[in-house]
Amino acid sequence: MSLNLNATFTQLENFGHSLRASSYRIPIKKTDDIYEAFQLAKKLGLKVTARGTGISYNDASLNGGGIVLDMRGMNQIVEWDPASGVVRCESGVTLEQLWQRVEPAGWWPPVVSGTMKTTLGGCLAANIHGKNNFQAGPIGEHVIEFTAMLPTGALVTCAPRKNADLFYAMISGLGMLGVFTSITLKMKRIFSGLIAVDAWPVPTLSRHLNDLREHAPTHDYIVGWLDAFASGNSLGRGQIHGARQLKEGEDPNPKNTESLLNQQLPDRFFGVVPKSMLHFFMKPLMNNVGMGFVNIGRYLLALRAHTFRQSHDEFHFLLDYAPGWERSFGRGGLIQYQSFLPKETAEDAWREMIQCSHRVGLPSYLGVTKRHRPDKFLLTHGVDGFSLALDFKVTDSNRPKLSAMLQEFDRIVLDAGGRFYFAKNSETSAESTRRFLGDAAIAKFKKLKKRCDPQGLLESDLYRRLFT
Amino acid sequence: MSEQSTPIGSTQGKPAPATPLNPRRRGLIIGASAGLGAELARKLAREGYSLALLARGKDKLDALCLEINSQGGNAHSYAHNVTDFDKVPALLQTIVANLGGLDLVIYVASVNNPPGGIDKFNFENDRAMIEVNLIGAMAWLTPVAEMFQSAKAGQIVGISSVAGDRGRVGNPGYNTSKAGLTTYLEALRNRLTRHGVNVLTVKPGFMKTEMLKAAPGPTPFAIEPSVAADHIVKAMKKRKQVIYTAPIWRWIMLVIQHVPSFIFRRLSF
Ligand SMILES: Cc1cc2nc3c(=O)[nH]c(=O)nc-3n(C[C@H](O)[C@H](O)[C@H](O)COP(=O)(O)OP(=O)(O)OC[C@H]3O[C@@H](n4cnc5c(N)ncnc54)[C@H](O)[C@@H]3O)c2cc1C
Ligand SMILES: NC(=O)c1ccc[n+]([C@@H]2O[C@H](COP(=O)([O-])OP(=O)(O)OC[C@H]3O[C@@H](n4cnc5c(N)ncnc54)[C@H](OP(=O)(O)O)[C@@H]3O)[C@@H](O)[C@H]2O)c1
Repeated sequence: MSLNLNATFTQLENFGHSLRASSYRIPIKKTDDIYEAFQLAKKLGLKVTARGTGISYNDASLNGGGIVLDMRGMNQIVEWDPASGVVRCESGVTLEQLWQRVEPAGWWPPVVSGTMKTTLGGCLAANIHGKNNFQAGPIGEHVIEFTAMLPTGALVTCAPRKNADLFYAMISGLGMLGVFTSITLKMKRIFSGLIAVDAWPVPTLSRHLNDLREHAPTHDYIVGWLDAFASGNSLGRGQIHGARQLKEGEDPNPKNTESLLNQQLPDRFFGVVPKSMLHFFMKPLMNNVGMGFVNIGRYLLALRAHTFRQSHDEFHFLLDYAPGWERSFGRGGLIQYQSFLPKETAEDAWREMIQCSHRVGLPSYLGVTKRHRPDKFLLTHGVDGFSLALDFKVTDSNRPKLSAMLQEFDRIVLDAGGRFYFAKNSETSAESTRRFLGDAAIAKFKKLKKRCDPQGLLESDLYRRLFT
Repeated sequence: MSEQSTPIGSTQGKPAPATPLNPRRRGLIIGASAGLGAELARKLAREGYSLALLARGKDKLDALCLEINSQGGNAHSYAHNVTDFDKVPALLQTIVANLGGLDLVIYVASVNNPPGGIDKFNFENDRAMIEVNLIGAMAWLTPVAEMFQSAKAGQIVGISSVAGDRGRVGNPGYNTSKAGLTTYLEALRNRLTRHGVNVLTVKPGFMKTEMLKAAPGPTPFAIEPSVAADHIVKAMKKRKQVIYTAPIWRWIMLVIQHVPSFIFRRLSF
């Protein structure tokens, strides 16, 4: 291998370990390294993809046979002003680094994903949403400005009123227009290290969606768990968690609760099982029968409506509670199918999808719902409605059936005016993408792509699947 | 980029998309224009591999790609002479980019130029066999092994021959090239297994291909190359180390390897 810049040929995976592709991985430590990697790629005729932590559920940060820029080395929090809550970070900084820095001073990131392992570059490129999407919008709405290197070698700085077309396209643009180097964000004030959570059951799909909508305005965050095994009258049942940030004065001792000591995730499950072992105990349950029981059990536990307080990270990053949980899905790994539907069509569409999954015998093992609103970003997944994320186990024998089922899902979602999210779905076709984004948005994106990347250097496996 | 590394054929360009539900493995076959190599290409294409096919004969390769692609497969052709050793690293890189990664490499390329009788000698023929069958394999498998070792994944298949198990009177150069290849593959296996890379050595007996015509004398247990290809792909999936094809050759060669030299010297095969 004569490639250089300390490249190593590496087999990379998606989050669910259901996809693999080998690439030349180049460690990036500073902005100049990106420039040099672009020059090398041009010389060798290779394509380039930026990669943060690499935990998208699909092929967004894979680039088989090409160059992958490992952005994790650009991980300095450059400026942090606890007075104004403005923070400037290199793009490889993770949400974990960020909240741990700002929380003790009484701030919290304005939008977070269900895991804190993501990098800010990855979060902007996907334009992540949190459980507060219905009021806070996606993370892009909290970006004061960012700087990115284009494949032409130019460094551009963008803000809502500076290079606005690029601002709204690079955020949500999946790293296909340029590579973020520096990101300036405004944090959100908190007055306690604790958050007040209401949990209550919802016995039907219509109650489920109704409660998400009705109770969103009185909460800062809202999220539902959906038992995708339940059928008949119970179809769509589950549990809703609505959380409210404490107001000033509600917590008499915020300094105490905001200290990092109070924010550590417990390292044992049920106080016994070390969390790093959890996937080992989950594995035997990872089949239709086992997960059917798990979902019933979970619903029974959810029947008691209750209110409690927990730390911010416990509330937001529950999935990090059991690192490696995705391993319990076995050799074929896991995929997620997330659809975003307008509030008017969601109920019928999801009923049809869940019934279809029961008919085919491939129920989802985990369903999660959220409340959303539209936004102005070019490749947006936002809708005035809801999202439902369904996890599926992949096996050698279920691939053809699962693939056919998800194609049917795509048809249902598109007919209902829905959208998809580029950090999650792995099976969406170029045609489905064209249908939900619309020709105008795609044309605009391609035009910007020509301007920022005239030689077509930035290409991921996802880009080739959806846009070429 | 050199002329040779420019891909030819109708399906060049971007890698075929792979998704968790339509996974694609990517394979490279060196020496794919005829015989066993072509059969392996057909078989692996049916199994869903994206393929890069190499040999000198561009027309034959293109025809094979056309056949595979018209049946829904995904094969690209590359005209290349394995004795262009210096061109290998750049060409490999182009292929990996066009395939979108690399999971499997099969080295088949080989020539069999007997010296023309058991009392004849021909250094030019011997040299050609060493260059194609052995040095060509090392030229390709060196950068491939480096990549797979670093990726901690991948599979290498080398087509050697029963002819490498003993030196015989008929074709010393061919025996030597295959003995060298067998030993080289064994050493690669010993290096790479610890990195999660499987190396399979295949020792065919006789196969009914063009090459068989070069074989003087009788050709017992000759099998169709398609049968050998099925057997090899099965062994690959089981991550075997060494196989004989047809399997009976394991026992025949066991006996032959134990024939004492004072007898072997007097045999004329
Ligand atoms: C357990 C779990 C829970 C999740 N929960 C949520 C959730 O609640 N809400 C949500 O919205 N998402 C969620 N996600 C998805 C996740 O937030 C996104 O996939 C995110 O992009 C991952 O960040 P990353 O650093 O791993 O990015 P990667 O997967 O490495 O990359 C994602 C994309 O960003 C691009 N990119 C990365 N770095 C840069 C850079 N510096 N410049 C330009 N482009 C770059 C890549 O090319 C790629 O297109 C979740 C994922 C997991 C695994
Ligand atoms: N047939 C048998 O009975 C038999 C027995 C034991 C072992 N084997 C081994 O099995 C393998 C396959 O044999 P086969 O019978 O299928 O052989 P074959 O029909 O002669 O095919 C050999 C292949 O190698 C290619 N090749 C030869 N020289 C090359 C070069 N310099 N550069 C690039 N490619 C080259 C050929 O393509 P081009 O000519 O187009 O370049 C052809 O595709 C060989 O390794 C052989 O030694 C065969």
